[in-house]
Amino acid sequence: MKKRALFSIALRSILRNKMRTLLTMLGIVIGVAAVIVMVALGQGAQATIEAQIKGLGTNMLVIMAGSTTQGGVSQGAATFNRLTIADYEKLAREGTLLAAVSPVIFSRGQVIGGGTNWRASIMGVAPTYQQIRDWPAQSGSFFTEADTRSVRRVVVLGSTVANALFADSDPVGQQIQLRNVPFTVIGVLSAKGQTAGGSDQDDTVIIPYTTAQAHLAGRSFIGQIIANTFSPGDVPAAQEEIRSIMREAHKIAPGDADDFTIRNQDEIAAAASGTTRVMSMLLAAIASISLVVGGIGIMNIMLVSVTERTREIGIRMAIGARSSDVLAQFLVESIVISLAGGLIGIVLGYGSSILLARLTGWAVAMPPEAALIAVAFSAAVGVFFGFYPARKASALDPIQALRYE
Amino acid sequence: MPPVIHLEGVTRVFNTGDNAVHALAGVDLDVHAGEMVAIMGASGSGKSTLMNILGCLDKPTAGRYILDGIEVSELGRNDLADLRSRKIGFVFQGFNLLARTTALENVELPLLYYRSGQFHGKESPAPAALRRVGLGERMHHVPSELSGGQQQRVAIARALVTNPSLILADEPTGNLDSRTSIEIMALFQELNDQGITILLVTHEHDIAEHAKRIIEMRDGRIVRDVPVTQRRIAADELAAAGRAA
Repeated sequence: MKKRALFSIALRSILRNKMRTLLTMLGIVIGVAAVIVMVALGQGAQATIEAQIKGLGTNMLVIMAGSTTQGGVSQGAATFNRLTIADYEKLAREGTLLAAVSPVIFSRGQVIGGGTNWRASIMGVAPTYQQIRDWPAQSGSFFTEADTRSVRRVVVLGSTVANALFADSDPVGQQIQLRNVPFTVIGVLSAKGQTAGGSDQDDTVIIPYTTAQAHLAGRSFIGQIIANTFSPGDVPAAQEEIRSIMREAHKIAPGDADDFTIRNQDEIAAAASGTTRVMSMLLAAIASISLVVGGIGIMNIMLVSVTERTREIGIRMAIGARSSDVLAQFLVESIVISLAGGLIGIVLGYGSSILLARLTGWAVAMPPEAALIAVAFSAAVGVFFGFYPARKASALDPIQALRYE
Repeated sequence: MPPVIHLEGVTRVFNTGDNAVHALAGVDLDVHAGEMVAIMGASGSGKSTLMNILGCLDKPTAGRYILDGIEVSELGRNDLADLRSRKIGFVFQGFNLLARTTALENVELPLLYYRSGQFHGKESPAPAALRRVGLGERMHHVPSELSGGQQQRVAIARALVTNPSLILADEPTGNLDSRTSIEIMALFQELNDQGITILLVTHEHDIAEHAKRIIEMRDGRIVRDVPVTQRRIAADELAAAGRAA
């Protein structure tokens, strides 16, 4: 039997009962739309998080003290369980794949300036930090190698701190105090937004690490060393290189575990987006239950339709239709219904995703493959739930079917 | 020339619970090309069962059925369907047209299921079949817009369209008034004159007398098989009726 004829037969019998077809489709329409909206929201959230992590800097590697190789429990020997300036200097000197290296000394403290004060995180870093984090200044500039060498008391403000202290005026050139030590503001960084974890990256002041060690005594060990590579492809090799340099610096015997951890951007991104991915998959799974319910609706109507059209089936068989022709006819009919429902559902799903984004400001991402999957899935629903009724139709005895009133 | 239909000791037994019903108890029959045969008999005589077997809708319990040189008794479901598609045109008492489907589309229906490429890519023979039964003007009407006689003409066109070896008509005039019945018989006679083999089941004698041969059944057997000596010619009847009016 010709395929085009099969479709025109199916279309004709579908159009014959417009209202019923529409109601049958509704289950699939809602199911597909729900899946698409859920996927769009989930992917939107994931994309937002990934963009934020990319915003941390490109090709970035983070070296932290302590090994987390076994379930997060530090396995390292206690001797060198900290990062030191010597580590940083060795990495900067010997790392052939590293474009830039910077230590990061973390601290918190009161920032006094502009006639007010503000509590912010204080970071002591090398001038290369700006390049690694890909963090341009919005006014003034970052400190230089010379500033670091001379242990100058210069500071670059994050935009949150700049706004808190100097709401109306340009902070560059102003004096502020960090832990009662005076510093000169030489730059303000552009806004970077929140981290994946939700903390404000701009709520910080940045000073040379040498100054941090000299003037902000007490917490002078290095929290992290960050580095970046020349290209993303170098990341795995660079990770290995850092590892061997660090093992040498920490005098770790072969066979002993690392007492530090190196994480790259992908791992950080994966960890953060993993949670959202699970959430969005869960939502999509719940939404797809409505697709199954829609499929049952199709099966129900197709069973009614087979009973109603018993005589038609008998006629078709008498004039030469094989069982497989009848099977194909009803199967195509249920596939057409569910596919049409799927297509309407895609339009509805994308429409409501856009609407939702407009109304709530949530990020939505609409990957084209979601539509493809939705179409494939609704076709599969049509086949799966259409098969039983179609099978029933094809198994009818033509004599009985012709006699059916 | 071998017969179109050759039945040899055909029986059909239905098992209804405890007792077996012998709907056909040994039927031998030959029908040759160009014949027009009427099968008569009371209800329960086995004529419907015989028609079902002749129409390849059912298979004999025992015996042989050879249709146009093909041994039917051994065929499976798909082959039977193909045989119906190729060799047989059905005309039913209740017309059995698809509702809300135009006359033309109804007539084209058997072509959908015709498996050899004979009608593929060529001009559809359906309009010609409809013209042949005198409905060239009503091709795009749906059954509800047609009279009973016209609906039966559509059904006959549908039976003709694949150019079958045999037309099987089961009480074709059962739902029609007497004048329309004669018109339909006139059409059957005309088609038979063109060489088409026709088998029809009826319980009305004057309808049966339009055939060339009458077979009477009782209790699953053929009890009488006679040629019609004074055959009614439907065209003449219609002309006479026209003069009378």
